[in-house]
Amino acid sequence: MATETAVRVEDKLFQNRYLVDAGRAHIKVRPHNEPTPALKALLTACPARCYELNDKGQVEITADGCVECGTCRIIGEPSGDIEWNYPRGGYGVLFKFG
Amino acid sequence: MIDERFDAIVVGAGMAGNAAAYSLATKGLKVLQLERGEYSGSKNVQGAILYADMLEKIIPDFREDAPLERHLIEQRFWMMGESSHTGLHYRSDDFNEEKPNRYTIIRAQFDKWFNKKVQEAGALVVCETTVTELVQDAYGKVIGVKTDRGGGQIHADVVVLAEGVSGLLGTRAGLRKIPKPTDVALAVKEMHFLPQEVIEERFNLKGNEGAVIEAAGTISAGMTGMGFIYTNRECISLGIGCLVSDFQKSGESPYTLLEKFKKHPSVAPLIEGSEVKEYAAHLIPEGGYKAIPQLFGDGWVVVGDAAQLNNAIHREGSNLAMTSGRIAAEAIFQVKSRKEPMTASNLALYKKMLEDSFVMKDLKKYKDMPQLLHVQSQNFFLTYPQLVNKAMQNFVRVDGTPKKEKEKLTMKSFTSARSWAGLFGDAFRLARAWR
Repeated sequence: MATETAVRVEDKLFQNRYLVDAGRAHIKVRPHNEPTPALKALLTACPARCYELNDKGQVEITADGCVECGTCRIIGEPSGDIEWNYPRGGYGVLFKFG
Repeated sequence: MIDERFDAIVVGAGMAGNAAAYSLATKGLKVLQLERGEYSGSKNVQGAILYADMLEKIIPDFREDAPLERHLIEQRFWMMGESSHTGLHYRSDDFNEEKPNRYTIIRAQFDKWFNKKVQEAGALVVCETTVTELVQDAYGKVIGVKTDRGGGQIHADVVVLAEGVSGLLGTRAGLRKIPKPTDVALAVKEMHFLPQEVIEERFNLKGNEGAVIEAAGTISAGMTGMGFIYTNRECISLGIGCLVSDFQKSGESPYTLLEKFKKHPSVAPLIEGSEVKEYAAHLIPEGGYKAIPQLFGDGWVVVGDAAQLNNAIHREGSNLAMTSGRIAAEAIFQVKSRKEPMTASNLALYKKMLEDSFVMKDLKKYKDMPQLLHVQSQNFFLTYPQLVNKAMQNFVRVDGTPKKEKEKLTMKSFTSARSWAGLFGDAFRLARAWR
């Protein structure tokens, strides 16, 4: 496993523009007690660190900072661990440069 | 929302979608292009290098008003060690030509320009609209789309899927499978702003000249991956990408790799004092020829990243996207000109034309490369770069050790890290995959 470093992803995301579709998360995690290996992989692989463990040890998503790369869909959708949709038109990340 | 019927609906306004929509509209077809972003470009991410030749085939005079950053006169390949790099630089004044071959671009700006051309060519472009579903008839023929704007179905003779690498619509409709973690790389990128003259000083450039650094080695922590540093006019695009399956296995984080790459002693001075204005991430198709899905069917074709068309060895993604979009448009136009229906058997022409082009020929040439590099990532991305850097240090450091002994040491470091059989085997496999 990678050693935990002091990279602050939230500082990186702060540079980005978003139009958050409040109350309509475009990604959902399937309810679970024990996270599957795929869900655990999302904790480190998601470049926006949208996936975190809650105090019950379950994987939760906060998709507000999502950069819509699709990595979690590739890892987590085939097993049904997550449900992935595009944000509604106009919402989500708005790249200034891309 | 839109009651009319279209000759073609293009889903997506990236390189492939814009090329397809533009080519279809200039041929007089009635085209609707749907884009989920605020404008074309606002969801699109690339390094980015634009190859002039492929765009010239679509918009010959693009240099007149396209937002281009720098034309490239220098290419550097860096093989990275922990605190060193061994480089191969190619710089030529020949690239300071009237019509340069390669440019850096900023996608959000470039795509906006490209999409304006699409609109001027007569296509109806509707942004901020996500296509949620492909509409199929009882026989599975694609006959239109549904969007999140409501208003039911929009119909067309053919739907061009330029929906990007993850390809949600096509995979959901069962037209192709979702890409495997072994077939896509996740790249993260930052935009580092610096005064123009600082960039030119640090990279030894004048005027609009540009340089590119592509780096592989210890920076990817044993995973199959690559870093890149591209000079734009007033900023530097810096990023790193590795296979999703490798991230999955290693538990490494993309942002941790990015920070380490930025702090590498060969990289840090280039971006010192910069202001970062954006952090982006994107998937890149890396599976090559063998990962290309079904490209056409009744009422549909798929182009660009959604068709996994990317030459990972030569870092050509957007030009394959543009070319596949243009070729798809030509095929559709030919079928339409013959007044024939957009059936799978007629649209097979798209695949045939693609096979006759450099797109498929190049991908076929390297069909065994992904497998080789992905399976042997430890050797190609960690062990060999370390060894080469060690050998270079041995070669250049003068410390009184007789040269013959130094050479012996270098050879020994190679054979102890990887057996003779392993070394020759890798060289042979690499040569064969390159053929």
